[in-house]
Amino acid sequence: MTMHPVRRQRLILVLVLVTLSSAAVGFVTFAMRENMDYFYAPSAFAAGEVPVEKRIRAGGCVVPGSLQRADKNLEVQFVITDGEAELTVAFDKILPDLFAEGEAAVITGRLMPNGILRADQVLAKHDETYTPPEVAESMVSHKSCAGGAKI
Amino acid sequence: MIPELGHVALIAGLLLSFALATLPIAGSYTARPLWMAAGRPLAFGVFAFVLIAFACLTIAFVQSDFTVDYVAQNSNRILPVYYKITAVWGGHEGSILLWLLMQAGWAAAVAMFGRQLPPELSARVLSVLGMVLIGFFLFILLTSNPFDRTLPFPPVEGSDLNPLLQDPGMIFHPPLLYMGYVGFSVVFAFAIAALLGGHLDAVWARWARPWTGVAWAFLTLGIALGSWWAYYELGWGGWWFWDPVENASLMPWLVGTALMHSLAVTEKRGLFKSWTILLAIFTFSLSLLGTFLVRSGVITSVHAFATDPQRGSFILAFLAVVIGSSLLLFALRAPTVSARSVFSFRSLETFLLGNNILLILIMAMVLTGTLYPLLADALNWGKISVGAPFFNLFFVPLMVVLCLLLGMGIHANWKSSRWDKLLGAWRLPFLTALAVALLWPLAFDHYHWGAVLGIFIGIWVMAASVTDIAVKTRNAKSFIVGLKRQRASYYGMHLAHIGLAVTVLGVVLSTVYSVEKDLRMGAGDSYQVAGYDFKFDGVRLVQGPNYHAFEGILQLSRDGELLGELLPQKRNYFSGGNPMTEAAIDTGLLRDIHVALGEPMERTNPSGDWAVRLQYKAYVVWIWLGALLMAIGGGIAVADKRYRKATAARSVESAQVPGTLAAV
Repeated sequence: MTMHPVRRQRLILVLVLVTLSSAAVGFVTFAMRENMDYFYAPSAFAAGEVPVEKRIRAGGCVVPGSLQRADKNLEVQFVITDGEAELTVAFDKILPDLFAEGEAAVITGRLMPNGILRADQVLAKHDETYTPPEVAESMVSHKSCAGGAKI
Repeated sequence: MIPELGHVALIAGLLLSFALATLPIAGSYTARPLWMAAGRPLAFGVFAFVLIAFACLTIAFVQSDFTVDYVAQNSNRILPVYYKITAVWGGHEGSILLWLLMQAGWAAAVAMFGRQLPPELSARVLSVLGMVLIGFFLFILLTSNPFDRTLPFPPVEGSDLNPLLQDPGMIFHPPLLYMGYVGFSVVFAFAIAALLGGHLDAVWARWARPWTGVAWAFLTLGIALGSWWAYYELGWGGWWFWDPVENASLMPWLVGTALMHSLAVTEKRGLFKSWTILLAIFTFSLSLLGTFLVRSGVITSVHAFATDPQRGSFILAFLAVVIGSSLLLFALRAPTVSARSVFSFRSLETFLLGNNILLILIMAMVLTGTLYPLLADALNWGKISVGAPFFNLFFVPLMVVLCLLLGMGIHANWKSSRWDKLLGAWRLPFLTALAVALLWPLAFDHYHWGAVLGIFIGIWVMAASVTDIAVKTRNAKSFIVGLKRQRASYYGMHLAHIGLAVTVLGVVLSTVYSVEKDLRMGAGDSYQVAGYDFKFDGVRLVQGPNYHAFEGILQLSRDGELLGELLPQKRNYFSGGNPMTEAAIDTGLLRDIHVALGEPMERTNPSGDWAVRLQYKAYVVWIWLGALLMAIGGGIAVADKRYRKATAARSVESAQVPGTLAAV
């Protein structure tokens, strides 16, 4: 069977496009599943819902007075809360400028078997009046850290 | 009085835009030359009014008129005067006014430089731009008026410009970015006009190309400047975070790049016509989507000034109208502009098609990664974030394929190329790239196969361009004569491709070979990073115009030879708020030394130990240098003489069958 050359070219093009886009969809789905970071509030950690040794995000208000530094290096620990449960976070890099006790922080990291969250990255709010929406929504009693951080 | 004058100017501009959006296009359908000719003066008029409004806001800032709410929010008396001026676009309302100024400016530029366009086309293009202008006038007047007053109780002092934005890079970043975003509205208007007229030929493409090129060059510079700003001002030495806001600017850039290449095919071969139109629509739509993402507060970042659901709804509705109506028009009219022609699979067309498919794929994945968390949140699938690993996973391999294709395709001819010729042209660049890629990593402290691949890709693209120039000048009497024979657009293209290669090399080398150390340092401590010695001499208190700062003193030396003093700062602005990190960077062509001051280990004792980040960033400047070359390349290509001989060119209609049968 002979096909019109224009039509033949378009058929091949369409086939190539379909193959490529299905490959792309499959690839994206796979990549998504592997690289999505789920957000958990401290209560979820307390309830044991959080997978161990997997990259996740957590957030809450930094409990005032909980920040502890090592003497020799940058190792630091602090506690975050959602007004119900508390979670200890360990970090060994420089805390961001906007990090402060009594304020919101969002952490990317892995939960260690000892129940401490080992942070790769700590993000803090970026202006005085702002609470990250994930943190605001996960707060049990209040919608911002100013009123909800004390336990 | 002055703010009211600005407000009135905006309203007057809106009224003129209504006239601009209706009169010329109506004239083009009723054959009324006078109505069509009204487009030009109307476009100038709109621009003049926006300029007046912009000047009024600037005056309000310079005079620190805190009866204007927006000024009170974004400035204060002790702010240096140059930052008072840049504070005009430091917040949401003012940046929309800047956007409007650019939009009106582009319309005025089309009116000014588009004299040679056929009157119908010019009238329709200007009217479409007028419609876009109406959207932004309504947006600013209904939801984001920068001239709102705080009366009757104005604050005594303003609350200050965000200290992050008190930086020279910020003077240029938003204007450049907006010039790019908004510039794509011109090719969008050309595309709509072509659909309306049912006529799209090589001459149309020759008109649309320079506008696209200019917008693309601006967007390239804007993105690069934003990345550079993040690198030195956000303080921590990162230059790309896959932040939704960065993605919002990258997506129109990717599709805009595809559009430029597709326009080349449309001009030279009369192919890809409806595809070109679709890309023009998408490029501008993605610019608007970017605005929506940034301004509606659905994502949070430094750029999300205020979260106001009304603004988000407005832009979303505007976006829906623009995309909906242009796609409807496309569906109805696209068959009238398409062409039929055949090309071999071993042709430049195929390679450019590959370029387009890959760029669109990359864009689609960036879009997915950016929007998926929003979608998941809206549908209650949980709070998800898609981080850099996802983006890198597909971006890197697709870019590798794109660059490989680029180096291959650049030697291909239109219509059909011979395999033996192509293979012959690929051999030398391939061997050069291979040799350099295997040898270059030896210059660093460890050998890395990722670096080998990355260097190969970069040099492959670069060598392909150099080889092509050599081949094209080979038959001339002398090298110089041969060089002169080529067009400006030819050199622009090669410069942009070499720029891409330089950026690729910068990204690869800085990713693989940079060293980063977070340390606790007390006065007198020394540390070595990548062969450089850093000696910390403690901190001192220094005074700026509107801040005071702790300034760390670090002696940088190598092999005992003192290279200089690095003075990173931790600033506290008088207006209050959080401290700001001001990195100290020793920039070089081959490496940057980047030092940032963290915090004192004991808050009450600044003379004690400090957290310090020491970084050696290999070849990091190449990232932005490459972008600069790309933008210059785009600019040179636009300067090509053939774009200015449009009237003469009208007789050289493309040799394609002017058919209405098939679309590629």
